[in-house]
Amino acid sequence: MRRKYAVASAMVGALALLTMAGCTTDPNVAAPTEDAGATEEAVEWFDQELFDKQDAERDVVPEGPEGQPWLQYINAEMVDTSEFASEGAKKACFANASISNPWRQTGWITMNQQLKVLQDAGVISEMETRDAQDSDDTQIADIDYFINEGNCDIFLISPNSTAAMTPAVERACDTGKPVVVFDRGVQTDCPVTFIHPIGGFAWGIDTAEFLIDELDEGDKVVALRILPGVDVLEQRWAAAEKLFDEAGIEAVDYFTGADPAEIKKIISDELAKGDVQGIWMDAGDGAVAAIEAFEDAGADYPVMTGEDEMSFLRKWKETGLTGLAPVYSNFQWRTPLLAAQKIFAGEEVPQEWVLPQSPITEEEVDEYLALNENMPDGHYAKFGGEDLPGYPQVWEDRIIP
Amino acid sequence: MSATTPTARRATPRRRRLDSSLIVGIALVAVIAIGAVLVASVGRNFFSAGNIRDILTGMSVLGFVAIGQTLVILCASLDLSVPYVVSLSSLIAADLMAGNPANIPMAVVAVIVVAAVIGLANGLIVTKLKVNGFIATLGTGLIIKGYLDTNYKGTSGQVPWEFQLIGATGIGPIPVSTLLMLLVALAGAFFLARTRTGNHMFAVGGNEQVARLSGIRTARPLIVAHMLCSITAALAGLLLASRLGVGSPVVGTQGGYDLLSIAAVVLGGTLLMGGRGSIWGTIGGVAIFAVVDNVMSVMQVNPFLKDVVRGVVIVAAVAVYTSRSVDRRRPRFANASAPPTGPDGAGGDVDGNDAREEARA
Amino acid sequence: MTAVSTDRRDLGSRLADLGRTLVSPRGAVFLLLIVLLVAITVLNPSFAEPSQFIRFIQRVAPIAIVAIGQYFVIVGGEFDLSMGSVVTAQVVIAGNLIGQDEAKSLPVLALMLAFGALIGLVNGLIVSFLKVPSFIVTLGMMLALLGGTLYWTGGAATGNPADGFREIGRGGIRGIPVIDILPWSVLVLAVVLAVAIWFSKRPFGRTIIALGDNPTTARFAGARSWWVKTSTFMISSLSATIAGVLLVGYAGVHPSVGRGYEFIAITAVVLGGVVLGGGRGWVVAAAAGAFALEALFTLLNFAGVPSTYRDAVQGAIIIIAVAYSATTFRARRRGKGIDPAPAASTTIPDASAEASDAASGGSPGTATQTSPDTATQTSPAPAEERDAEASARPASIPSTSRADNETKGGS
Repeated sequence: MRRKYAVASAMVGALALLTMAGCTTDPNVAAPTEDAGATEEAVEWFDQELFDKQDAERDVVPEGPEGQPWLQYINAEMVDTSEFASEGAKKACFANASISNPWRQTGWITMNQQLKVLQDAGVISEMETRDAQDSDDTQIADIDYFINEGNCDIFLISPNSTAAMTPAVERACDTGKPVVVFDRGVQTDCPVTFIHPIGGFAWGIDTAEFLIDELDEGDKVVALRILPGVDVLEQRWAAAEKLFDEAGIEAVDYFTGADPAEIKKIISDELAKGDVQGIWMDAGDGAVAAIEAFEDAGADYPVMTGEDEMSFLRKWKETGLTGLAPVYSNFQWRTPLLAAQKIFAGEEVPQEWVLPQSPITEEEVDEYLALNENMPDGHYAKFGGEDLPGYPQVWEDRIIP
Repeated sequence: MSATTPTARRATPRRRRLDSSLIVGIALVAVIAIGAVLVASVGRNFFSAGNIRDILTGMSVLGFVAIGQTLVILCASLDLSVPYVVSLSSLIAADLMAGNPANIPMAVVAVIVVAAVIGLANGLIVTKLKVNGFIATLGTGLIIKGYLDTNYKGTSGQVPWEFQLIGATGIGPIPVSTLLMLLVALAGAFFLARTRTGNHMFAVGGNEQVARLSGIRTARPLIVAHMLCSITAALAGLLLASRLGVGSPVVGTQGGYDLLSIAAVVLGGTLLMGGRGSIWGTIGGVAIFAVVDNVMSVMQVNPFLKDVVRGVVIVAAVAVYTSRSVDRRRPRFANASAPPTGPDGAGGDVDGNDAREEARA
Repeated sequence: MTAVSTDRRDLGSRLADLGRTLVSPRGAVFLLLIVLLVAITVLNPSFAEPSQFIRFIQRVAPIAIVAIGQYFVIVGGEFDLSMGSVVTAQVVIAGNLIGQDEAKSLPVLALMLAFGALIGLVNGLIVSFLKVPSFIVTLGMMLALLGGTLYWTGGAATGNPADGFREIGRGGIRGIPVIDILPWSVLVLAVVLAVAIWFSKRPFGRTIIALGDNPTTARFAGARSWWVKTSTFMISSLSATIAGVLLVGYAGVHPSVGRGYEFIAITAVVLGGVVLGGGRGWVVAAAAGAFALEALFTLLNFAGVPSTYRDAVQGAIIIIAVAYSATTFRARRRGKGIDPAPAASTTIPDASAEASDAASGGSPGTATQTSPDTATQTSPAPAEERDAEASARPASIPSTSRADNETKGGS
């Protein structure tokens, strides 16, 4: 037993030594650039300031080229990028969160077709991609790998989560190379541009206002949500819940994991308990199962908000229900590479690049159905790749690199 | 009999460990060789500092979890609750630290105490309530998941910069986190080889009835194993908190640490039925996973295909291992006159264990 | 032994028997199910209406069928973690290959069944011949199959198959009095359950249990253990295929359909009093376990319990249920000298003693006698003694132990 203690103390000593040694080696981390207290936890997702901002942005006419929403921006504050201006084809390094859902798959296909255009134009030489498969830890390692081994000229990052990815993105910024973040954000200003559609609160406001208009006070709405704890999704519900509450609409929410079997069970149980007048979804996956649950129970179709996923648009058209398809603009997957092009050309880009995000209304459904006629059900109508090579075959065949 | 004569006990596993570690080592070298060629084929250097660092970083979190899982599996149990313990630990750590370096010791102690309590609960459910380890830890895992989902909406807390250094610093190409993991592995190997409880784990896992008849209080090693497993999972959670800078309620499930750690342990030559295995084999198994993942990422393999490769590697590697051990053991059994046994038997198992011991000798 | 229990019934003590069965670990799941159903009905009286209740059965059908398949694997002493991925793969295959062309329904259905059987065959052969623990084999299959399916389909984006095919899981015979509609799912479940009961009474079904109970004795009894084991994996993959056919109708195509089914199935089987590690269990109880689990979820929905608590409640319930059966066995063993199935308890004391008899004596007579004895455990008559022994073991992982034992006995 004595030996045990001897070895244990030796190990403690070694540990202390290593820790000291670790501190003396050049740490790959930057000292905190921000006040540490600034990133206090947000237990409640509702944020009045952001709510008001996004509410206002919904009505702003975006600036930028007509007919190319992926290049448009709202209320932009432009930043100078002349320091990055340089000639020749550049290497882009893309740290992707995942391609684990149809929305991300559609965007990923679009991004690769956009890449082909820029490669042909001699702007980008190659894009190296590391896919974190929905893991924060993996994505941090991916970014560190790019910093050390990637020979990257620009970092494109689609963060898996906001707070956790902040230190790694700061490390990427410290290399002095331009960093572009899109979809979910990070808690730092160091990227050259942060590209995203208006946001979750705007989604929540669009959908809740629609349902409140179509329903009466006291009606019941079932909210089908995918997962807890993802900011872009939580903000959608935070806004909608607040508005439902104010309008006297009864709303109950469930997490479904986007599993249609789960969705159908939930709706069936709700219909067994009593009437349901409205369905609210924070993402369109599984919308069809929700509608079918009403059909199977012999109940009247609800007023419903889904998403611009083809499955929902088709079912919406087929059943003729009263609906709205909010959009989390899928065409944003094109923008990061186009931003890279602008940055290397030294053109100014918005510091926060807010892309337009407008729902598909009843009047527009036919148009989008016709445009995407042969696309699979998991395709997103506002994918914005109609002018890219390979359209429509690549999207129809779901060719995922 | 292993349980009663510690000398015999010590002598035999050492040679066994050499055997299994050797096979795992050969497999690891083979994977590295293939990986190096593949990486070179796309114009990269497998042995560059950044790549080594990437592999070692990939090893550290899973390594922590797998060390604890090895102890539990040695005792013929399982721990499926680890991903939730990892998440919970990262949250407790980040919340208690709240950005203040002075809180670090307190937070670390609190995390370890909470994990030990969870492990104790697991161990007691398995030993006292006689619930199969698979079901017991599946159940406690779900309970913790319910707690996390109800009380945490997204990431939370703030880890001070001093603590973030652990996850982000390296000595040359070797991350501090990996060194810490190897130290814990060393401690674990020491624990198994040199302490009485560690020795008893082999006995209990090998044959609980015999262990009991030999005068071992069989509950204790099992409870200790579950507690240590939860504690190493908590260390993994602390490391993740350090890397993320915040606590996250989903970071454990994101890593799939429950099934991957079990796979790594089995890949490392530990028998899923318990009673035989080693920590170093497990580290080898973890390293194989890390190398395979690294090579696939460098090659930019389609993420869906990555899972296919992982699945095939798990089965193929274990198949190579088991077929080798079967070959090696077969001649002895031809001579062994002791009757074969089933796990259900009480008395007959004594002979069975003799047979096993003969095989080991 | 079966004769003994029949005699008892004839004596008229059926009620006492029923009561004992309900509190016995094997019957506990039925008690749990009844309690849950009553609780749901109290909260929501319309649930008890036949038309609503039949919908409930329709909803449980896929899970129950998966649980029935998993039952055979578990009772044979193994695990099948690949079932969820098989369900997903089959759902996606149906969506992609049938498309809107109803004429393709039958050929694709045949293909799906063949594919399911193939997956089970591969699992079983690797477990039997490469001696890889089933936990690992099916874990690898789970990863590879799901990844392969998504890779093949580019994320499974193609839509639902033709309505005619989906009718199996969605529709039913309409216009039936009282229940209004008799869903096809319910009929499929009934057929599957009937076949499963019939199958487990057959010699082959009993051999599976004998193999799970003690592979060596089963082997000495003349069972081709590789084929028996492989067939259990094929049964489970085929049942996952059938569940996939029902689910693609009930829910539609999505890569998350089937996610987590392997754990749900194992949980259901264990709730049904089936012992992990093999050797004992009753297929009807396994199916009842699936019903109890789903009834629990429904109850939580009706009670308005926040969905985040659902997992915690599920976790607590499975621990309590298994602890109940394990500790009851112990208590009974201590409290009672003789239990209702004397034949069983006297033959049982230790299976390995029989094994050694068989090994040393080597007489085929002894060996074959062993097999039916172990096989009778299928019947609901409890065999406390051995269960107590089994559950007293700390969570043995059956698969490898079997593999190891087999190696010993084999040569």
